[in-house]
Amino acid sequence: MRYLMLLSGTSPESPPPPALFEAIMKLGGEASEAGVLLDTAGLLPSAAGARVTLAGGKVTVTDGPFTESKELVSYALYDLRSKEEAIEWAARFVKLHRDIWPGWEGQTDILQVMGPANGG
Amino acid sequence: MDSHEATRSAIEAVWRIESPRLIAGLARITGDVGVAEELAQDALVIALEQWPVRGVPDGPGAWLMATAKHRAIDLVRRRARYDQKLREIGRDMEAQAQAPGEPDVDKMDDHIGDDLLRLIFIACHPILSTEARAALTLRLIGGLTTHEIARAFLAGEPAIAQRIVRAKRALAEAKVPFEIPAPGELAGRLGSVLEVIYLVFNEGYSATSGEDWIRPELCAEALRLGRLLAGLMPRQVEVHGLVALMELQASRIGARTGPAGEPVLLTDQDRRRWDRLLIRRGLAALARAERLDGAPGRYAVQAEIAACHARAASVEDTDWERIAALYVVLAHLTPSPVVELNRAVAVGMAFGPGKGLEIADALTGEAVLAGYAQLPAVRGDLLARLGRLGEARAEFTRAAALTGNERERALFRARAAECGPGDPDRADR
Repeated sequence: MRYLMLLSGTSPESPPPPALFEAIMKLGGEASEAGVLLDTAGLLPSAAGARVTLAGGKVTVTDGPFTESKELVSYALYDLRSKEEAIEWAARFVKLHRDIWPGWEGQTDILQVMGPANGG
Repeated sequence: MDSHEATRSAIEAVWRIESPRLIAGLARITGDVGVAEELAQDALVIALEQWPVRGVPDGPGAWLMATAKHRAIDLVRRRARYDQKLREIGRDMEAQAQAPGEPDVDKMDDHIGDDLLRLIFIACHPILSTEARAALTLRLIGGLTTHEIARAFLAGEPAIAQRIVRAKRALAEAKVPFEIPAPGELAGRLGSVLEVIYLVFNEGYSATSGEDWIRPELCAEALRLGRLLAGLMPRQVEVHGLVALMELQASRIGARTGPAGEPVLLTDQDRRRWDRLLIRRGLAALARAERLDGAPGRYAVQAEIAACHARAASVEDTDWERIAALYVVLAHLTPSPVVELNRAVAVGMAFGPGKGLEIADALTGEAVLAGYAQLPAVRGDLLARLGRLGEARAEFTRAAALTGNERERALFRARAAECGPGDPDRADR
């Protein structure tokens, strides 16, 4: 089963320590080697993006940044056997932020992707 | 889900992620895969007792590893004391020479990659039957329960449990060393590993029995095993070849069945339903295989064939001539009537059904294909395209009688019906 993980958060004043990228690469490497991480990438701040909205029959385009308090930081696509496995990988990812970048707060939303097993 | 059940599910998830590494590390210490698995299971049992009460530890993987290490130390110490006693009562003077030292457990997780690879080679050891290798691999590397393996192979749980126990005993009795095979035997041993992974994949991809045409979760399991192996053996052409083949074949899973679960053949598939991510991953794996030194083997060549389909926007756009040529290469690597039958299909597409039929007709005397539903199915298709509908109908009817898969039977019957009404006396020829 495929799970999309969307990490969002609010960065503290301090820049991310280099050790964070090291740790992210290491954990991502482990997940890739275990054959479960299919795809992942970081996302630029929403200032670099835009939003296309349909409301009341009208299509409007708004440039970023979006006004949400948390910015989307990265996405990852996993191939796993259960939601619990997805939770475990997401928890590892979030704990690594806690341990290395004090002050960072955020969340990972786990969404199951439709596939042959569930009518997709 | 109540909190206990949630904790239990969380433990099972951690177990699945960690158990291959645990068992691999423990097997290096104890030298016995069966003992290693028992020790790892002990750690799991302790977790199942403690975590629902005390909460899941912050680093559950490390906790399991530490607990398993303690069990290993206890075991080795017990064995040492036992040997000591033997020496003290003077019954076995030779035991002294073999007395084990204190295990260096702190180094247990320094060699996880190597240990995992050793574990894979042991689980797929050629002294075991292919079925035993597959069951043991799913158990030790895939972290599947006996119940899940039994479901995967549509077998009874006791039969699978016994298969695994016997396999572990056979490995212990043969004193199979916990080692990566020497360079001289590596190719053969690797072939045994790849065979097992592809068997698991195919069991899911075209279930040979039962009502489901595809069991995607089994394909996913084989894919994870293949990707794991590719990470551990990045210089082996055929490992990347097999991963490429499986990614590319799996990319078609969503298009291979219709709304009612009926099979849809490659030529009839809606290619918009092919999984672009898996195609991209498959083509990337194939490119990795091509960049390495070493001739492509059976898996890389089959992946090349699958890539021809993946790159084509339609059946008409497919480079059938290249596929036909690749089947010649494949037939050279692994001569078999089944490969020849596939070549007949490709030649039929590249150079016309008459040319394909010549190859297929030459196979009708092959004993190995006597009960093989695909032979009459392919002949039926080629005959139908030549307008020889009566003969085509008879072939499809025969294919329907031969297949053990219900979904496939319905497909062949439908194709027979498409050939128009026939002489009822000849229907079951």
